[in-house]
Amino acid sequence: MKSFIGRLFARHVRPELGTPGPRVSGGELPPHLYGVIAEFANADELLHAVHATRKEGYQVVEAYTPYPVEELNEAIGHGPSRVPLLVLIGGIAGGLFGFFLQYWTSAIDYPLNVGGRPYNSWVSFIPITFECTILFAGIAAVLGMLVLNGLPMPYHPVFSVPRFQLASRDRFFLMIFARDPRFRAGDTLRFMETLGASHVSDVED
Amino acid sequence: MSANADRPPVIAPGYTPATVTDKISAVVLNKTPKWWYVGFAISFLAAQLLFITMAKLLVLTVGIWGVNIPVAWGIDIVNFVWWIGIGHAGTLISAILLLLRQTWRTSINRFAEAMTLFAVAAAAQFVLFHTGRQWLAVYWLFPYPNTMGVWPQFRSPLMWDVFAVSTYATISALFWFVGLIPDLATLRDRSKHWFGKIAYGMLAMGWRGSARHWHNYETASLLLAGLATPLVVSVHTVVSFDFAVGIIPGWHATIFPPYFVAGAIYSGFAMVMTLSIPLRKVFGLEDFITMRHLQNMAKIMLATGLIVAYGYGIELFMAWYSGNTFETFMMKNRILGPYGWIWGLLILCNVLTPQFLWLRKVRNSVLGLFFISIIVNVGMWLERFVIIVTSLHRDFLPSSWGMYTPTVWDWSFFVGTLGLFFSLMFLFIRFLPVISIFEMRTIATGDPADAKSKVHP
Repeated sequence: MKSFIGRLFARHVRPELGTPGPRVSGGELPPHLYGVIAEFANADELLHAVHATRKEGYQVVEAYTPYPVEELNEAIGHGPSRVPLLVLIGGIAGGLFGFFLQYWTSAIDYPLNVGGRPYNSWVSFIPITFECTILFAGIAAVLGMLVLNGLPMPYHPVFSVPRFQLASRDRFFLMIFARDPRFRAGDTLRFMETLGASHVSDVED
Repeated sequence: MSANADRPPVIAPGYTPATVTDKISAVVLNKTPKWWYVGFAISFLAAQLLFITMAKLLVLTVGIWGVNIPVAWGIDIVNFVWWIGIGHAGTLISAILLLLRQTWRTSINRFAEAMTLFAVAAAAQFVLFHTGRQWLAVYWLFPYPNTMGVWPQFRSPLMWDVFAVSTYATISALFWFVGLIPDLATLRDRSKHWFGKIAYGMLAMGWRGSARHWHNYETASLLLAGLATPLVVSVHTVVSFDFAVGIIPGWHATIFPPYFVAGAIYSGFAMVMTLSIPLRKVFGLEDFITMRHLQNMAKIMLATGLIVAYGYGIELFMAWYSGNTFETFMMKNRILGPYGWIWGLLILCNVLTPQFLWLRKVRNSVLGLFFISIIVNVGMWLERFVIIVTSLHRDFLPSSWGMYTPTVWDWSFFVGTLGLFFSLMFLFIRFLPVISIFEMRTIATGDPADAKSKVHP
């Protein structure tokens, strides 16, 4: 069970961590360098840059957008969301809890004969079973989304980039993390400048 | 969609993601307008009536209300059903219209969800306090292990109601909060005040809008919408079971669940209309909450209003067709008895008034829609009064007949919950974005031709 939960959350608690392999070439990274971030004017330019970056061989990259962009998750190489699985588990747990709460209290712990009705009046138990299913599944959806997104996390190095606050307005950002095996301090910055970004800067942690 | 070419767009042309962000967050970040203080003061004063009545009720119990045998459920339950019903439009807009990919819902879903939440909060006051001792409501209704070793009666619709309403309240709150997270991040980034930065920052929990964030977020939202859709239908169905499972003539009817759900959506859209018309005016949000939204809501009101009218028709028909003496008498008494005038008003408000919505001219008139929505709100309150009181006050034995008159404390509790509702609403429109900013960014492309095509994706 422990390993199952471990697998469920592994890598996805901090999605941008990825699986960095050994560094391709030497070259010491400056301390505190977290990555390089580039700013784009619209989603199409960003998607183009994401494809180019992936083609170049970078793996640990992340994009930031003011609204959901449909193809982005796949383009950047993240796997499918695990929220649905958590919701399914939550829903099944809720349904079982709802039904057996009623079954155990009405038929086992305190059987009460009300007008000759069966102790296990399962038909009458359906509404509460249903409500508990929805309740648990809904809570699993919200908590699952937060945990898989690594929230709450009040501080993150990208917040130190002054222009990053425009990511919640109308600008699109792409970051290559320093952890990426192909990352090299000067080269990566110069590579990102070729992608048509309006601004490129280092991100320090 | 050539048929839609002449309809107003869902967003005025020329807006871009940047301008919608600035315009909606300005409502929150600018200086508090004067009318807000006036509006909030009046609502908050009215809310004090609720607290005073609660205090009196806790000392003297429900004897201060007009309820007695035979009418043991008075306007406390009328108000409960009325408030819960109002909430339904919020979930319908945010969940069902999301699944149906109706883009026009985008600019009204946020405050409709807030309305849901506050309406459920108002409704909760009645269920808690109509027991006389609100802690007893917990003690009787929640299955917690206690020293007496007894459990609630799960075969009773009243227990189903507890689970349905509390699940509904929880899921509505979660759905609303999840919807807010990206917008709270926007406010965190826009706010100039240190307290705003910290408060919105804490609430946004570090939202960065990364591809991974959005992907999990969209998946969770869609699943929540899928879960909330059957939930909202189940809630008023279960509320109707509170009546339909009983054997009182006028309650014991199979039409109740669909007719209650339709009535709930009907009253909910009326309330969204009542709130959105002044809201778009005072905040100058006519570009986002356009005539298109008002017209669509008017059409939903007309459709659900007709279902409600059908429900009244079936009740009349069954009273005759069942051949049951008590059913027939109940209906005669409902129309011609001492509360007959209320039934007449109900038909006027709920069946006749919405027929004006067939006219395009009325659907294009903001003032006309505003008045109709208020009349429907009143009508739906009267409907619950008719169902609850006229069914109870003369049932089987003439020796046990009686009359019910709400006392001043019944009314003060009701006015108090209106105050509570509007106080919460005023706080909401001041401190949180009334329109979902990130969803508006997806439809505000800046290209007028594009805005038009987004009307029906």
